[in-house]
Amino acid sequence: MKDYEVIIGLEVHAELSTNTKMYCNCSTSFGADPNTHCCPICTGMPGVLPVLNEKVVEYAVKAGLATNCDISRFSKQDRKNYFYPDLPKAYQTSQYDLPLCLGGHLDINVNGEKKRIGITRIHIEEDAGKLIHDAYTGDTLVDMNRCAVPLIEIVSEPDIRNADEAVAYMQTLKSILEYLNVCDCKMQEGSLRCDVNLSVRPVGQKEFGTRTETKNLNSFKAIHNLIEFETNRQIKVIEEGGKIKQETIRWDDAKGIGYAMRAKEDAHDYRYFPEPDLAPIVLSDEYVNNIKDNLPEMPHIKKERYMKEFSLPEYDADILTSSIKSANFFEKANDICNNPKAVANWIMGDFARMLNEKEIEIDESKVTPENLAELINLIDKGTISSKIAKQVFEDMFESGENAKEIVEKKGLVQMSDEGAIKELVEKVVQANPQSIADYKAGKDKAIGFLVGQIMKETKGKANPQIVNKLLLEIINK
Amino acid sequence: MSVSKEDVLHIAKLSKLNLTDEELEMYTKDLSSIVDFANQLSSIDVEGVKPTAHILNIQNVFRKDVMQPSFDREEILKNAPSKDAGCISVPKVVE
Ligand SMILES: [Zn+2]
Repeated sequence: MKDYEVIIGLEVHAELSTNTKMYCNCSTSFGADPNTHCCPICTGMPGVLPVLNEKVVEYAVKAGLATNCDISRFSKQDRKNYFYPDLPKAYQTSQYDLPLCLGGHLDINVNGEKKRIGITRIHIEEDAGKLIHDAYTGDTLVDMNRCAVPLIEIVSEPDIRNADEAVAYMQTLKSILEYLNVCDCKMQEGSLRCDVNLSVRPVGQKEFGTRTETKNLNSFKAIHNLIEFETNRQIKVIEEGGKIKQETIRWDDAKGIGYAMRAKEDAHDYRYFPEPDLAPIVLSDEYVNNIKDNLPEMPHIKKERYMKEFSLPEYDADILTSSIKSANFFEKANDICNNPKAVANWIMGDFARMLNEKEIEIDESKVTPENLAELINLIDKGTISSKIAKQVFEDMFESGENAKEIVEKKGLVQMSDEGAIKELVEKVVQANPQSIADYKAGKDKAIGFLVGQIMKETKGKANPQIVNKLLLEIINK
Repeated sequence: MSVSKEDVLHIAKLSKLNLTDEELEMYTKDLSSIVDFANQLSSIDVEGVKPTAHILNIQNVFRKDVMQPSFDREEILKNAPSKDAGCISVPKVVE
């Protein structure tokens, strides 16, 4: 078999988190009863006049600047014509030849290596409605709530070479959009989704192979699995002497299989033309510079700052800043307890594991930054041991109670009274002559066993440093 | 003719229209004369004239991002020939 190179370009659709739709004052909020966020403008009634939401331009420009694009000073909107029941106007208002943002790039990290992915363009466009299959009647039901919710489409250059790079690109983009607060990036609700264009070619060949397009992937896992699947499928077809057809693939994530959709030969005849009802968008340098000067601190800058200001390892800084939510949590907690490494360890360790198990994000947890800071303070002051702290944290995660309350209620305060601990140590030493003999014979492991026994007696509450100190004093006497 | 029968059939297909042979003849003729009429513009010398994005001399027509009540669902669905469960009902769409 020859060696193949995989060529991937992503078209990412991000729903903008504006209050209202693109051209009317209807709400954009998710999950309302069908067709209750609709008016004559967003349902395409004849004779209505759309007026562009100013936030759409602002958010798109923010996204453009954060991804190193040039912002067009003159831009316009166009009609993209196609006929489908989710599109009541029978055209999507989009941008064709004069998009808002052009020629940017994003740097991604894959297995410790930096790679630059080009961004061709970012344009604004409206979303389509939702089609629901009615199992009872066999008909299709149309919900137009999502019609004309504003989107940006971010088109990458074909610079991506495998599934890991595609996922890293998507993660980096998601993190940036969240930092900018222009998209809520809830992939399961479809507010961030991507189309994958993929082709393969034998290494050394100059021309691109024929590409296929898979639409609307809405999880990192789906993107990864589709790319692996489609890469293998295309190579197999070519190896067996076949030809790749330019077609649209539908990805069934549950089954892990892609199906070719019926080839529609006219599908790409969109007959774009300038939207006569909407005026051109002309941006001044002042407008663009004002947005540029007020961009929030971006993930890679924040990461550098965390390494400098908090002396955190690169690994920690990378994980903490990969999401604005965990970065905000970290900063709030650290402001109170002033122990950055401890806060980082909690967020990356037990906390992350429990969030994963529950499939929730850090800001949806009952644990507040104040709670975590207080817990760390209790450890730092020696009130509780770090072992007990894990137990307190689990309790806190479930109940949302604060650390002090839990520690007091459950009587978990650490035993630091040397007199009391000494009694216990003597008792344990007397009860385990064999371990003492082992220790004296050079088996250091025996100490661990004895410490374990003492901790068990005190239900983990004895201060381990004091236990160690007293134990050695007594044995070595 | 500046528009062929094939062109008309293609446009009709994109528009989900079925044409009779008579209509095909008629539209081919009518569309050709419309295109011929518009093509007169090509004879004008536009050297040095900037492309126009909009016929009116306007730009930056925006609205504030402030929510207002939407229409009642009954009102929105009033003209739908078929509806079910608060939605417009259409023949099954096969993916
Ligand atoms: Zn509306």
